[in-house]
Amino acid sequence: MNINLTLLGQMIVFVIFVWFTKKYVWTPIINALDERRARIVNGLAAAEKGQQAQSVGEEKAKQIIAEAKSQAAEILTKAEKRGSEIVDEAKDGAKQEGDRILASARGEIDKEINMAKEQLRGQVAALSIQGAAKILSREVDASVHADMLDDLAAKL
Amino acid sequence: MASGTQTSKEYIQHHLQNLTFGRHPDGHWGIAHGAEEAAEMGFWAIHLDSMLWSIVLGALFIWIFKNAAEKATAGEPSKLVNFVEWIVDFIDENVRGSFTGKNDLVAPLALTVFCWIFLMNLMDLVPVDLIPMLFSLLGVEYQKVVSTTDPNVTFGMSLGVFIMMIYYSIKMKGAGGFAAELTMHPFEAKNPIIKILLLPVNFFLEAVSLISKPISHSLRLFGNMYAGEMIFILIALMYGTSVVLNLTGGVLQFVWAVFHILVITLQAFIFMVLTIVYLDMAHQTHDH
Repeated sequence: MNINLTLLGQMIVFVIFVWFTKKYVWTPIINALDERRARIVNGLAAAEKGQQAQSVGEEKAKQIIAEAKSQAAEILTKAEKRGSEIVDEAKDGAKQEGDRILASARGEIDKEINMAKEQLRGQVAALSIQGAAKILSREVDASVHADMLDDLAAKL
Repeated sequence: MASGTQTSKEYIQHHLQNLTFGRHPDGHWGIAHGAEEAAEMGFWAIHLDSMLWSIVLGALFIWIFKNAAEKATAGEPSKLVNFVEWIVDFIDENVRGSFTGKNDLVAPLALTVFCWIFLMNLMDLVPVDLIPMLFSLLGVEYQKVVSTTDPNVTFGMSLGVFIMMIYYSIKMKGAGGFAAELTMHPFEAKNPIIKILLLPVNFFLEAVSLISKPISHSLRLFGNMYAGEMIFILIALMYGTSVVLNLTGGVLQFVWAVFHILVITLQAFIFMVLTIVYLDMAHQTHDH
């Protein structure tokens, strides 16, 4: 508990420690802190700028999308129109083709009918002759009328 | 431990004795054996243990902080750097809050004071017999590890601050301004004759308040730490007698140590704040 030289020694040590702290501890740390603070401030400003740029970009993107949508709608209506046109054209074509096929089928049918008529005519003649021959055979003697019969058969 | 060869009184006295190196009355220099010899040395003696521990702990503080300061950059801080920066920021905030003048020395001074005193106080939490026993194995008779229980240490710091107070008072206010501050308050008068009559009264009051600053500054720290250390010593007296007392002592020591964590931090903080406040007062120029 005596006051002695320790007091002076302590004061000297104290001064040295304070000097050392000021020069090698406090100044560099505070400088680093200030520098970091500045960097954070810059970073925040940059972030804000980035956000602004992003919102501008988003606005632009929205505009572009809206434009694209209207263009797409336009194209769609055009395509629909064109599609209905094509369908109409196809309908017309099909109708013409159908008419054509119908006409040719009719021609074919007429032809066939004519052919069938021709055939029928022959058969009718043969049958009528047969019928006539049966009727006549009672009155007509085949031997007597052979000439006439032969002539008729040749005609048919 | 209160061993058989020592009475309680001797044990306590042994713990409160510094390892003193000085000039014996017969003229030769050496280490004092016992309190009487140390007292006879008078002023020309030095407490080796106080100096050792204060320098070791101060150097530890400086080493840690210097390490961190070298690594501190504007980039991402490491854990140690982060911790050190946290303390630096805390001190910086306190200085900004209490110190209104402009002086680059105050903040590093406050940092040194806070950390150094905290570390010296922290030695109070080391069991009281541990380090003295290790030293006694090496043949060193006395060892007081808590430097702040030595008034030389606390006065050394408070006088350092006091000298800075005087220096900055004169620098900021001029020698005349400082003298006026000491003599024109607290009683003021317009009449020059009454002014002169009031001068000695004012000077007496101001001188007392000025001188009481370093004394209260250092004694507050010293008293708290000395009392705390004393209680640790008294608790330590309970060991080695009976099982019940051993257990009670253990519990008490733990409780007191936990409470002391608060005390040592608080005392370091108070010493720092007072340092800042005193220097702030020295920097204030009164306009009357």
